[in-house]
Amino acid sequence: MALFYILLLFIIIAAIIAVETRNLLSSVICVGAIGFGGSLMFLFLRAPDIAITQIVVEVLGLIILIRATISRDLTFISGDREFFGTVVSVVIIFVIFVAGIRVFDAMPQFGVPVFSHVQDTASEAYISRGLQDTGVTNLVTSVYLDYRAYDTLGEATVLFTAILGAMVILRDKSRKRIEEPDV
Amino acid sequence: MLYALCFLLFMIGLYCAVVKKNMVKIVIGIMVMEYAVNLLLIMLGYRLGGTAPILGGADADGVTKVVAAQFLATVVDPLPQALVLTSIVISLGSLALMISICIRTYAKYGTFDITEIRRLRG
Amino acid sequence: MKGMTVIVKTVSSWVKMLIFLFGIYIILFGHLSPGGGFAGGVILASSYVLLMLAFGRELVERNLPLPLASRLDCLGAFLFALLAILGLIVGGVFFVNFLYQKYLPGSTFHLVSGGTIPLSNIVIVLKVGASLFLVIFMLSRFRYDSKGPAEKLASDPTIGAKE
Repeated sequence: MALFYILLLFIIIAAIIAVETRNLLSSVICVGAIGFGGSLMFLFLRAPDIAITQIVVEVLGLIILIRATISRDLTFISGDREFFGTVVSVVIIFVIFVAGIRVFDAMPQFGVPVFSHVQDTASEAYISRGLQDTGVTNLVTSVYLDYRAYDTLGEATVLFTAILGAMVILRDKSRKRIEEPDV
Repeated sequence: MLYALCFLLFMIGLYCAVVKKNMVKIVIGIMVMEYAVNLLLIMLGYRLGGTAPILGGADADGVTKVVAAQFLATVVDPLPQALVLTSIVISLGSLALMISICIRTYAKYGTFDITEIRRLRG
Repeated sequence: MKGMTVIVKTVSSWVKMLIFLFGIYIILFGHLSPGGGFAGGVILASSYVLLMLAFGRELVERNLPLPLASRLDCLGAFLFALLAILGLIVGGVFFVNFLYQKYLPGSTFHLVSGGTIPLSNIVIVLKVGASLFLVIFMLSRFRYDSKGPAEKLASDPTIGAKE
């Protein structure tokens, strides 16, 4: 349990540095540290599927972020911040944080999943009948590719649309050069 | 207490996305919020001293396909893990879209500062 | 985008096949051990990104041209929807695992088990890998000082005078 606290503290310190530093390249590197700490957390939380996916996705995300920040002279931003807007935002966020802490009293204790003290949950059915209904031994795969395959279809559509939008925005518009202008 | 630290991470990301004026910093704030949400969902399904939800040779019978009772008593919840898996890949797609908008805006206005982008027609 | 030094080029030409092989292992055994289609697709895309960073963009463009990659992407999305509709036609329920329940049960702990789940893994790899490779390729090709069509016409008076 102490290991989780140490890793979460590392992630929070990296997040504070990523938010507050003025150099864009250092904040991108700190985002990489957050992703790496998150992958270690997933490994110790007994989720190896998620740990593999998180580390490779974070590496590609770092490459995309560095592409935006490594060019010419845009790593420093100048100008003074507005004082009133910052103070109001910080006060509101603090109030939300204090009010939200009280929700965690009603949640179950850390280390006791829901299906161990509530009867007839979906997870219990997926675990006890997963091998019989689908035939695969990786229960996470049987959940997201057989029992809940509709969510995966939706996710494939969202990824397709997001990449389509990115390609339209980044398209080179030089093909209109030899066309006639519109009448 | 661990849930509260995760919520603090989410609030740090929210502060960065609301207060900062640099576009790339706003994108970084949104990414930190997504990391915090994924972490909280996986922490909800954890069992102390549990095992990963993957059947080994001794956990299930190959022919009758019955899962051993000892596996049922120590396994962690597989349902949040399946939902978080798709969420992580979607966050990569949305990061690509946001960074392409930032790059296109920089090519047109010459700055990443959002208070200097006021003209709607360039 | 130019390539890197000789050391990087030599090492990455040895390592790229290892990464590709590891990605294929993660995909094919995705229903027996941790992994699956999403992680494997991202690993395959990152092996191509390694090639692009080490050797420059032109070599990768010759190897996997852009229209082919976008056709693979669309093919992956189409095949995934086709698997779902085939479940409706053959099994009666949308997206049911019809291969496991009717035709090919296979045996547990082996590669051929689970019906349409390994096929779904392969189709997801086509979709995710091609998409992420496409978007990183287009991001690296974007030039900051490229002008739009109106500015090009205004600055170069010979363009509009053709034909």
